[in-house]
Amino acid sequence: MTQGRAAFLFARALLYASAVILSLWVLIPIYFITLAAFSTQDAVYHYPKNLVPRDLSTETMSFFLHSDGVADSFQRSVYVAALTLLFSLGVGTPAGYAIARFPFRGADTFRLAVVSTRAFPIVILSIPLAVTFIRWGIDDSVLGVSLAHSALALPFAVLVTSSVFAGISIELEEAAMTLGCSRLAAFRKIALPLALPGLAAAAIFVFIISWNEVFAASILTLRNPTLPAQLLSVLNESTLPFKFAGGFFLLAPSLLVIFVIRKYIFNMWGRVVR
Amino acid sequence: MAAVAQKATLAQKLKRWEGLPYWLILPTLAYLALFFGWPMIKSFELAFQDGGDWTLEPFRTMVNDIEFSRAFRFTLLLIVFIVPVQFVLALVMALLVNAKLRGRGIFLYIFLLPLAISDLAAGIVWSSMFTELGYLNTVLERIGLIDAPYIWINFQSESLLLLTVVVAEIWRSTALIMIILVAGLQGIPRDYTEAAEVFGASFFQRVRHVILPMLKPSIQVALLLRIILAFEVFSTVIAITGRGATVLAAEAWRWETANMDENVAAAYASLILVLSVASAVLVLGLLRTPREQMQR
Repeated sequence: MTQGRAAFLFARALLYASAVILSLWVLIPIYFITLAAFSTQDAVYHYPKNLVPRDLSTETMSFFLHSDGVADSFQRSVYVAALTLLFSLGVGTPAGYAIARFPFRGADTFRLAVVSTRAFPIVILSIPLAVTFIRWGIDDSVLGVSLAHSALALPFAVLVTSSVFAGISIELEEAAMTLGCSRLAAFRKIALPLALPGLAAAAIFVFIISWNEVFAASILTLRNPTLPAQLLSVLNESTLPFKFAGGFFLLAPSLLVIFVIRKYIFNMWGRVVR
Repeated sequence: MAAVAQKATLAQKLKRWEGLPYWLILPTLAYLALFFGWPMIKSFELAFQDGGDWTLEPFRTMVNDIEFSRAFRFTLLLIVFIVPVQFVLALVMALLVNAKLRGRGIFLYIFLLPLAISDLAAGIVWSSMFTELGYLNTVLERIGLIDAPYIWINFQSESLLLLTVVVAEIWRSTALIMIILVAGLQGIPRDYTEAAEVFGASFFQRVRHVILPMLKPSIQVALLLRIILAFEVFSTVIAITGRGATVLAAEAWRWETANMDENVAAAYASLILVLSVASAVLVLGLLRTPREQMQR
């Protein structure tokens, strides 16, 4: 009995040890880039590096934020992400609702078509769009990039919103309609408020998809890049402090985002990939 | 009576909206046609044109370019080295998340972190580790494994360049695979693993004979997604190796932005698409579950 108990404890210890080691594998690089971003510029060049937070300073971050083009491209990135959110959820939410609520003919085909867009890389969309956007007069603009990002985020938005609505009982809406609500009022007063937290999580993730995207953004812009496109274009000539501070700045929102939407992730991705 | 009447009005209300779902999906269909379907066709068109004439010239330029074979090779090598390691790692993470550990929520949050980190940010993070005067060398020197900074990002050594990018990519993209595997694990009825345990199966036997076979559909999806996404990786490579290594997507980007030749860029894009679809078909074929096996 005691032997069994010892074996059990040993197995548990092994599990915790692996979990801790894998956590460190994820966390240590994040810790180091944060450390680099918040040390002095001298410390960034110094070797051997400080491995513990000593002489913390906002000098490197502030140097990055005041570098040429960073403030502007940061602002553009936020605009692009906001427009992408608006377009992809505005266009995709009705479709998500339709898949979740109506067993219409062709629903499965539609769903499959939306899922299969994942198989097509963004690389192939951006190059012809660059040509088209020049003709439309929206090349090198916030609108152009957000239209491309929405194409990327829309399938995701449709599938996620459909899983959000599928999680809300249809009987609630039917009950409201029986009690005299119109179809639209039933949606507005019953389904929408219940779906709001899930929709917000989807919105946050769409925002980060756009915030992170660099290939299309860099191909579709020239003088007005988003932040990742700006970083990429100067990466090989830039100084270490600029690079590390930029990397941290790009990464920082994702730490918060995962924390906020962690409860929805499995619901969202589970549906998206199935 | 009243209930019947109410039912009737509900049915009437619903009937009035029979065309509704089609109106609801119309915007999505239109958007995808305009910004997904059409550019894709256009991309192939661009790849087979040169100054308006139909030609194979862009593909010829692509194949004869000095970077082409290097990029092609590096892209495939990335997939070959990333996928197996990543799947083992993701499976371990998924099993840990599924085991009832205390602090499970914190571990899950940490494992999920890289999900929202872009390939560019991950590339910069790992370049701070691998750069000659960087953190990895500091740590290795501190614990006495090396005496002087080791040159990790060595343009002379393809295997070192490969190693640095593989590590960064595994770090960044394992979270996605883990999510899919965790979702799959939660679909396995507890009775199965418990029954195996009662009959004396060890932990590894349970993983090998119960969990892995039941995870097969999830593994298939994860593999599919992973390989498709691997063809799109490019800023990690640029951030870590500069011009030291290159991949197909990076070449598409360079031809479009630096060389301003959209035809050759489109040729690269078409090649990436064909490779993605081909590997998707391959994965689906290799991991196909025969119907009779499923019923057993």
